[in-house]
Amino acid sequence: MTTLTELHIGDSLHSIELAPVTRLDLIKYAGASGDFNPIHTIDEEAKNAGLPGIIAHGMWTMGNLAKLFSNLYEIGFIEEYKIRFKGMVFLNDVITLQADLKEKTGNRYFFNVAATNQSGKEAISGEVIFKTY
Amino acid sequence: MFNESIGKRSTPVKNIVERGAVKKFALSIGDPHPIFIDEEIGRQSRYGTNIAPPTFPRVFDFGTIESLHLPNKGLIHGEQIYRYNRPMKVGEEITCYTEVKDYYEKKGKQGEMGFLAFKNYGTDANGEIVFTAEQLVIINETIRRMVMSK
Repeated sequence: MTTLTELHIGDSLHSIELAPVTRLDLIKYAGASGDFNPIHTIDEEAKNAGLPGIIAHGMWTMGNLAKLFSNLYEIGFIEEYKIRFKGMVFLNDVITLQADLKEKTGNRYFFNVAATNQSGKEAISGEVIFKTY
Repeated sequence: MFNESIGKRSTPVKNIVERGAVKKFALSIGDPHPIFIDEEIGRQSRYGTNIAPPTFPRVFDFGTIESLHLPNKGLIHGEQIYRYNRPMKVGEEITCYTEVKDYYEKKGKQGEMGFLAFKNYGTDANGEIVFTAEQLVIINETIRRMVMSK
């Protein structure tokens, strides 16, 4: 477990590399979230929409990224989670999740967060404000 | 076309932070942390129960906004912001509604794009805001024409 108070500006939380994205991942997320937009699960619908293949829900990637902070809920919580959706995530992409501490003010820790693919391209990026109790 | 919707709100809907739904959701984002799903860990935590992951409001029903008809295909999710006053607890009831904050159009590489901004609210049993969520939805030219011609 990362000790938040020991982090210095510029330090990162433990990054996570996800297993290659599978169709089942996206079917599960569709079921759990209620977002059944077929471009995330059905090849033909994705092609009809002008995509090379099915793409992950942006919210699936955003949901995954938040787990960098799950170990810290005993000492605080995510007060603000702001994401810009930048690039698509395709099947078999290997996504890496990252959070870098950029600032600390009182009991608020400001992180830059991002999920990048195997080519280093950002799928999503944004900021997390983690507030300790 | 969407300008008329600015300022409109949905009728609030009551949602339960349901244990099974939280577990299913946590598993679907590969985050089966015990704080979300282990009852005993939840009980012993500072929250006294399990909590929901920050993007869990995706599951909630925020009600429908009268006369706002969005196509169910071709929309691009541009931005998403969650703001929390505290984490949501498993078992609690959250009343949710949504509001159209803004609509504007911009010329981009793929023609004239529409930008629709929503703000979602979640309040607890005491009427206190637990979270707000802002969402920017991008509507491309083809879809915009389709909606307009209806």
